[in-house]
Amino acid sequence: MPSVLFYLFAAITLLFGVGVVVARNPVASALSLVCSFTGLAALFISLDAYFIGTLQILVYAGAVMVLFLFIIMLLDIKAAEGRQTNYATAVGGLLLAVLFTVQIAMVLGDFKEGNKTLADQTLNLGAAASKTSLNTIKDELAEGTLPDAKLMGFTLFDKYPFQLQVVGLLLLAGTVGVVVLSKRDRGGKEEVS
Amino acid sequence: MTVLLGSIDLTFLAISLAKIIVLTFMVILPMVAYSVMAERRGAAIMQDRVGPNRTNLPLTLLGFKKDLSIFGMGGLLQPMADGLKFILKEDFTPKHVRTFYFWLAPALTMVPALLTCAVLPFGSELNLGFLGLAHPVKAVIADLNVGPLYTFAIASLGVYGIVLAGWSSNSKYPFLGAVRSSSQMISYELSLGLAIVPVLMVFGELNLGKIAAAQDADGWLVLPLWGDGLSPGRLLLWIPMLISFVIFTIAMFAETNRMPFDLPECETELVAGYHTEYSSMKFALFFLGEYAAMIIGSGLAVTLFLGGWSIPFGPLLGLGYTPGATPLWLGLLHIATFFAKVIVFILFFIGVRWTVPRFRYDQLMKLGWLWMFEIALANVLLTAVIMWLVPLK
Repeated sequence: MPSVLFYLFAAITLLFGVGVVVARNPVASALSLVCSFTGLAALFISLDAYFIGTLQILVYAGAVMVLFLFIIMLLDIKAAEGRQTNYATAVGGLLLAVLFTVQIAMVLGDFKEGNKTLADQTLNLGAAASKTSLNTIKDELAEGTLPDAKLMGFTLFDKYPFQLQVVGLLLLAGTVGVVVLSKRDRGGKEEVS
Repeated sequence: MTVLLGSIDLTFLAISLAKIIVLTFMVILPMVAYSVMAERRGAAIMQDRVGPNRTNLPLTLLGFKKDLSIFGMGGLLQPMADGLKFILKEDFTPKHVRTFYFWLAPALTMVPALLTCAVLPFGSELNLGFLGLAHPVKAVIADLNVGPLYTFAIASLGVYGIVLAGWSSNSKYPFLGAVRSSSQMISYELSLGLAIVPVLMVFGELNLGKIAAAQDADGWLVLPLWGDGLSPGRLLLWIPMLISFVIFTIAMFAETNRMPFDLPECETELVAGYHTEYSSMKFALFFLGEYAAMIIGSGLAVTLFLGGWSIPFGPLLGLGYTPGATPLWLGLLHIATFFAKVIVFILFFIGVRWTVPRFRYDQLMKLGWLWMFEIALANVLLTAVIMWLVPLK
């Protein structure tokens, strides 16, 4: 990908990220979040990670939709728009951001791989093909395409099946919990909101 | 600057641009216009009316005695007349709306609907050797390895347009329509996603082009009667594939807000739902978005279950696809086959719209969560068991 596109999408991600924090209107904030995620997805795709990029939109944009509905249904937008800026939080947030920047700078200062340019690091898919055991992945690597979804699925189910099961159980428990919690109110008096 | 230009493959760019312009603006948009027309004519036939049959080339304006009807069939220019009317009508923005979002919403419905066509393989490949191209051109805009996921991801962005339209209109009926639409789309996305899991299990592949090619060689999922499709495993899998196809189709009706599920714009309850406050071209954009989503949804269903561009019994008739060596006429025939299938599917959509009555909202939710979701899950299990008992190849 031409580097211009990288800068474009990085700018989109960052600008809308700032927009999430700065915007007065909660709906504008939520929409900025969606735009920021879209920019991030584009960055993933530029790294040949099509699967992650698509999931970024599929999962996160969907999640923001719920956030969006919460804003519309439950928040009083006029009150939220007129709210005073809380300076203590702003200063605290800035401080955290500065700390993180310093930390990243220190880590990256020691990171020698950062000196190599991306153009020199071509993917050697043919060499990777000879190392894989699964036939579909091998065929695609030999063809010269990166089967990222297959690689990810293979790694997840081959290397970490137990962890995957645990996460699945956790999510199931969460889902059941939500159903139980939202059902409980029905038994008592009907709430009119 | 030269480095930058050097990093761009100009032939690739030109071919992609040509594909985008031809598919989106010269095929899908006219198809949208004519499916509106087919819808009106179809409705008229089913209700024993005449329908729009008067719009012809207006030669009377130039002093001729009669208007010219194309193919002797009246009304074929109706979509142009409709489009002209939409553009010329007053574009009225009510005072009580949130203007920025009110203007953003139609675009947010239209653009994702058109974007999803990028991964649809609308043909096998075109051998453009006479233009001096060494490799045959694949008839798909973006040959991604995550095809169906990309379509779902972008289509899920479309719901923002509807919700924003309802919210920014700042009035009751649009708002109710928007809330209904979002909960409906989120509910049916589950069944839609689960319905294609068995398909992905059978093919072990997320690339729509390869799925279509595999069906061309070994039989469509709903018609596995040639090639490897006749193996006992594939014949047993016929059952779960048919269930999958039915669930996918029903969920797609709900996702595109088509008739038995068009609660977001249910006229008897909500005036016109989320686009009540819209007029002229902004209203037309919602319409275009809905029909474009319908066409691309049909394209996805055709690609996943009905063999995409493949001709039935193609390999037996010698009309099969051989990678890299498909003659130009066969490539064009494949494209024609794909669009013929899509058109049949759209006619099915239209027939359903004028056949079944609208659901009640609680019935819709019940169907989605208590039936479709469970059946889709059980279907995944059934497919897995069959594939475990009778391994493919």
